[in-house]
Order: sequence, then structure tokens, then C-alpha cells
Amino acid sequence: MGTSVKVTDLRITAGQATLVDGVSFEIEAGKVLALIGESGSGKTTTALALMGYARHGCEISAGSIQVGQHDVLGLSPNERRRLRGRSITYIAQSAAASFNPSRTIMDQVVEPALIHGLLDRRAAEQKAVALFRELALPNPDSIGERYPHQVSGGQLQRLMAAMALITDPDLVILDEPTTALDVTTQVEVLRAFRRAVRDRKTTAVYVSHDLAVVAQVADQIVVLRDGKMREAGDTDQILFRPADEYTRSLLAAARPARRQGTAAAAQAQPPLLEVRNLSAGYGPVDSAGQPAVRILEGVDLTLYRGQAIGVIGESGSGKTTLARAIAGLVPPCGGSIVFDGAALKPTLAGRSREELRRIQIVFQMADTALNPVRTIEDILARPLQFFHGLRGEALRARIRRLLDLVRLPAGVAQRTPAGLSGGQKQRVNLARALAAEPELILCDEITSALDTVVGAAILDLMAELRRELGVSCLFISHDLHTVRAICDEIVVMQHGRKLAQVPHAEYDSSGNHPYYTLLARSVPELRRGWIDEVDLNIPGAVPAAQQHAPHPSL
Amino acid sequence: MSTTSNTHAAVTPPGARRRPGLPALGPAGWIGLLILAAWLIAAIVGPIVIPQDGTPVGEVQIFGRVSAAHWLGTDYLGRDMLARVILGARYTVLVALVSTLFASGIGITLALLASVSGHWVDACLSRGLDTLTAIPSKMFALIMVAAFGSTVWMLAITAAVIYVPGAFRIARSLAVNINAMDYVTVARTRGEGIGYIMRQEILPNIAGPMLADLGLRFVYVVLLLASLSFLGLGIQPPDADWGSLVRENIGALSDGSMAVVAPALAIASLTLAVNLVIDNLPGRSARNGAK
Repeated sequence: MGTSVKVTDLRITAGQATLVDGVSFEIEAGKVLALIGESGSGKTTTALALMGYARHGCEISAGSIQVGQHDVLGLSPNERRRLRGRSITYIAQSAAASFNPSRTIMDQVVEPALIHGLLDRRAAEQKAVALFRELALPNPDSIGERYPHQVSGGQLQRLMAAMALITDPDLVILDEPTTALDVTTQVEVLRAFRRAVRDRKTTAVYVSHDLAVVAQVADQIVVLRDGKMREAGDTDQILFRPADEYTRSLLAAARPARRQGTAAAAQAQPPLLEVRNLSAGYGPVDSAGQPAVRILEGVDLTLYRGQAIGVIGESGSGKTTLARAIAGLVPPCGGSIVFDGAALKPTLAGRSREELRRIQIVFQMADTALNPVRTIEDILARPLQFFHGLRGEALRARIRRLLDLVRLPAGVAQRTPAGLSGGQKQRVNLARALAAEPELILCDEITSALDTVVGAAILDLMAELRRELGVSCLFISHDLHTVRAICDEIVVMQHGRKLAQVPHAEYDSSGNHPYYTLLARSVPELRRGWIDEVDLNIPGAVPAAQQHAPHPSL
Repeated sequence: MSTTSNTHAAVTPPGARRRPGLPALGPAGWIGLLILAAWLIAAIVGPIVIPQDGTPVGEVQIFGRVSAAHWLGTDYLGRDMLARVILGARYTVLVALVSTLFASGIGITLALLASVSGHWVDACLSRGLDTLTAIPSKMFALIMVAAFGSTVWMLAITAAVIYVPGAFRIARSLAVNINAMDYVTVARTRGEGIGYIMRQEILPNIAGPMLADLGLRFVYVVLLLASLSFLGLGIQPPDADWGSLVRENIGALSDGSMAVVAPALAIASLTLAVNLVIDNLPGRSARNGAK
């Protein structure tokens, strides 16, 4: 049974910086409140504070937190410890990082009950099995004997929920529990969470950046930005009658509009890129020239000049390997890649500088894609010197033009990447690829690590660049929304094979490949009750995670 | 995440470009630098301004106490200890400096090569240097001295060879991580050569930790040279580095004579000074903060 929660004027500081400023909200017993905002908005910090916990270097400096009859901030450290893991429990974003890999799952799931002396070992295990069954986990009686690496990510996330629920807590804090999951898995996990929380009438706080996910589980929503509350209200009010401008921009970014690039090029001209029956993999190569692990199996793809093709698939579908094979980073073990009429050599060493210049790859994590010790100017200057031999004033002028092209102020040229925000870094990342004046840009999940609003701005930029420069692109993503927004065609991949190619006109038609339909339907919609209505039983479509659930014998 | 980058942006003034080498040392760094400079001057100028090797004239006092004539007392032959220490600086400071620079330089270069080259180069270099590590350093030094004699250059080369594998190991483990970064992959897809990737993409990112390692390695080299001298295998009399000075005068240890304490203190002050300077190098904290 849940309890009511009341937070008043919460203020959390780290040295001089204020992370959370004047946050107040109230949750009735048994209701679910969502804290929503982009990274750095203080949503996780606020959620952790509900347990009286502040991360190292942070301090809860003012305010009060009332959970049931406890004044959390007034408790002694010992009393708080008795509260944590028992009355208030926490489900972290990455279950994979939160489980100890060297102990069995059962050991870890029953631990809270044993530590707090609520149940003996046998009773706790029985309860855990009942929870596994309730959370719709496969083989509930034996799954506890496995180790964390032997179950899938979605299962691990539900096992962590079992750990949190085993002490019958009054308040559960869910910190982005589905963000790291594939869309099809996310639906299952969300359903399991929702049922468990509803049936118990547990009070819950759900932290997320995704409004559509939150719409499925929350009764109330608090919108945070830069540690301040922008808006609070019940879910329908926030979704349909937002009062705050920032909430409106979040909602707009969550419903990506179609961005018009160049019109799809006439098919009469020869294709720019032709991938024929491509296979590739990793690991030692055997005598027949086949790698130990095959990732790509006979993929065909044709891209015309000026076109944008989206490649979509769940984790492990081989979409990144496809991009890497085209870029020359993974040598193919079969098939061919023809670029502008000429076959490309399998490895980087075999390709000419001109060939390398014409295909550029942009990576997902701008943090690791920019050398932290070099200035933005140095980073952009190198491809200009390397490919075009520019120097002196011509070089500086070109760098200014590039920065302007990706909508960055010229002042950032002298900074190192540490002085830039995530979105700005991704723009520099794009500018570096553009510096080579490529004909094809391979974009590997370029918006996935960004906040919704920032990601939407990058998509706008991509569409603009396509219009202005006529550059073709292969856009790899796990997010159907993103791909639909800017691509002329979508290639659907699963287990290293291409399942379907869907042209723009048929995005919403019913005659598509069942797996595409499954992916399309799994994307949460921005309204309450979607999760109860959506039907994912599509004949012929199997989510990747279910096919590849590891066996206990592993 | 964005809060940290915001504070970073606020701290780093726009347009401020880090210039390595411009002294922004803290007070501790300056103290270290002064001590280091003093010993370097002693090493270079000492032999010029002290013409004789401290051989006493007139009345000889063995293990003399600290006095106005002999600021650090006298040694087991009655020579002035201050002169002996200053003359010894030449060997300890310069030999250690040269061999440390060699050891770290070779180690880092090989490590960069191993990390950017393919599997085979890496395996050969790693196993080869592991074999070198397996030989006990004193034994190795002993063999080298037995085979080639204990000239100053021989000692420097021996110490360098002994400490290459350690520098290589640390640099390689750092470089391998950097090599896996996307910006190195981007450089490869651009068609950059191995040399550029080693120098421009990887080296600047491992420089901070490798400088700290250099300081540590300098200490090891000083101690190795001192212990070799202590065993009588190092610099040969009448010349003496600080290790030899400790050994020569070990008889006075029970009296607490300055003859044995002074060279020991000299060794301690040198190693401390080097590490003070390196730990306070400008840009070091900024580099670490950026990670």
C-alpha cells in the first residue's frame, strides 16, 4: 500500500552551483508522478533526494520531504538506511550496470528483504518467484538461478523491479527504467511495471525524458528545466493544455514533423551507392575467409544521389556494421560495395584519398568523436588541410563558413570540446564531415544521445544541409520517429538481414512487412491508455529480444 | 552532464587557448622547480668552480663535524662533504635525467606504435618487453657492468633499458583506450597515416598521465643508480655520485654524521622536487577535468 509524498521547496546544491531550486510537489497515496526534463534538469537528483540521498559532492541544502509519516531529511543516517530499500526503493536506468555480475539473480533479488530482516530466505525466494511470475518473466521458477549476463536487458530491468518490490515499499522511484531498451521490449516492460504498481497501489515517481512513455504510466507530471519547475499538473493537462512554453517545445519535439529534404532524385540516373549481397562480421577469419561471428548476411541497398535512406533495427540488427562496412572499417566477407560506378576496396588501406573524402561517417557519441585536447578550429582545419590543402586566410574563412553552416557562433572555434554542450558537439561533428565536401554522409544514431529538443534541432539541420548541399545520406537509427522524419525510404533490418524497404509513400500503409509494422506500433503515442490498446500480436513479426533470449545452459 | 559542461564553459574564458609550458605552477610547483634548478646548476657549474676534488690540505679530520670551514662536515678521508655532494650531482642528476628521458621516450613511442599498428606488432612488442621485465633489474645491471664496464654512459643506457618496459606497459594501456575512441576512427577513415594518429590524436591525450609516470620513473632511476653505486658497481672512485657517497661514509651512520645524511637528503630532495614540478604542471588539472 502506498503512502503520500510531499516535497516542499527542495534545494540541492553542489558547491556554488544550484542543481535543484525550489521544487515542490505532492503525490497522493497510490498515484504515479512523473519528473520530466532533459539531461541536467535535476530530475534524477530530485528523485534521489526522496530517499534523503545526494550524490557525492551534492548537498540537500533546504526544503522538506515528507514520505508517509517520515520527515526524510530530519532522520538520522541510521534511520534513513532503514527506510531505503525497504519503504522507499529505487529502480535504476541501467539494470545491467546495477546487478553484480558474479552473483546469481536470486541472491540479489532477495537481498533487500534479508537485509531488513523482513523474511527468511525461503519465504523471500517464494515471494521473488511470485513477483517474477507477476512481471511476466519467462521460467519464473528457475530464472533466479541464472547470472545477470544470461538474461536479456528487458528481463534484467524487470528483475530489478522485482528486487524493488520484494519489500512491499510505500514508494518506488523508477529512474528512466526503459530508456536503454529497444522499442518492442520497452512496451512489455512498461506494461509489467504499470500492472505491478497499480495492483499494489504503490506510490511511484517515474523519471524520464520521454513524454510519450510518461503518458502511459503517470497520473501527474512535473516538468523540470535547469533545476527549476516549469509546470506541474495532471497528465492530460500537460499533454493537451500545456501552459508553459518549454512544455510546448518538448511536446513539439516528441511529435517530429516531416522535414523536407530534396525531392527524391529521378531513378533514371545511375545510383550513387550500390551495396550488393553484402556480408560482414567480426573475429578471426577462417580458411574460407569467413569471420567467426557473422553480423551482416547478404544485404542489398541502392541509394541514388540526393536521397536519404534510413536504416532501422533493434540493437544487434547489424545496422551499425552496415555503415562501418561501407566506410571501410569492417572488411566485408562477401558481396560488393559500388560507389558512383566503381567498386570500393574492402579496407581503408586499399581506398584512395579521393574515395575516402567522398564518404564521411558521423558517429553517435560526439563526446568520443571529438579529440578533447584539440580546439574546434584544429578539429575542423585538419580535413580541410588534408583533403583540400587549404591554409592561411582561406582556411580560416572556410572554418567560419562551416561553423555558420551548422549554426554555431564563430567564437566556439577557439574552445576545446569540453566547453561545448552536447548538441553543439554534435554540430561540430557534422561540420567536420562536411569539411571534406562528401557526397555521402553515413549518420550513425546521431541524435540518439541527445535530448529530444536538441535532437530535433539536429534533424532540422540535417534536412537543411540536404537542401542546401544536395548531399546524400544513410541515416542509421533505432528510432522510427527520427528516421521517418527525414528519410525518403526506410530499410528495416533484423539479425543482420534486410527484411524490407519501405518507400516514403507507404510509411503508414498496412501492407508492409510485419516486423516494420511491429516497430511502428511499438513507438508510444502521446496519449494516455495507448499501452492498453496497442496490439503487438502481429503474425510473422518476432521482436529481436525474444528470439535471442540466452539459454540457461550458457 | 550539461551542468558540468556549463561550469566548464564559464571557467574557461572564450578564446583562451592552452599553451603548454607557460608557467602557471602553484607554490608547491615553484618550490620544486627552484630545488631542481639549484641541483641542475650544481651539476653543471659545480665542476667548474670547484677545481680540486676536495682532497684535504693540512690537518685532516675524518668525519669532521659541521663547522664554518666545512658546512657539511668531512667524509671518511677528511674531504669537504659539501664539495663532494655538489660534484656528485653531476652524475646523479644528469645520468638519471638522461636515462629517464630515454626510457620514457622509447617506451611511449613503442607503446603508440603497438596500439595503432595491427595485432602482430602489438603482440611482438608486448611479449618482447615482457621478457625484459622478467629479468631482475639489479642482475641485469650487474651483467651489463661486468660485460661493458661501469662508465657513465653505460650506466645511463643500462638504466634506460631497464625502465623501458614499465613505461611501455603504462603508455600502451592508456593508448589502447584512446585508440578505441571514435575520433581516432574518424582520423583513420580520413586516411591519416600512423604517424599522424600517434602524434596528434593519441599522444596529447596520454601526455598528462605519462608525465606523472616520468616523475615516478626518475625516482626509480635515481634509486637504481644509487643502489648500484652502493654495491660498488656504479661510478668508480675517486668520482662519486650520491649513492656512492652514502656507501663510502656508511661507517659514520651510527654517529648520525652529516657525511652520510647529506647525500641521502640530496637524493630525497631531488626526487621530491621532480615530482612536485610534474604534479603541478600547468594544464594538468584542466586536462584531467575535461575527462
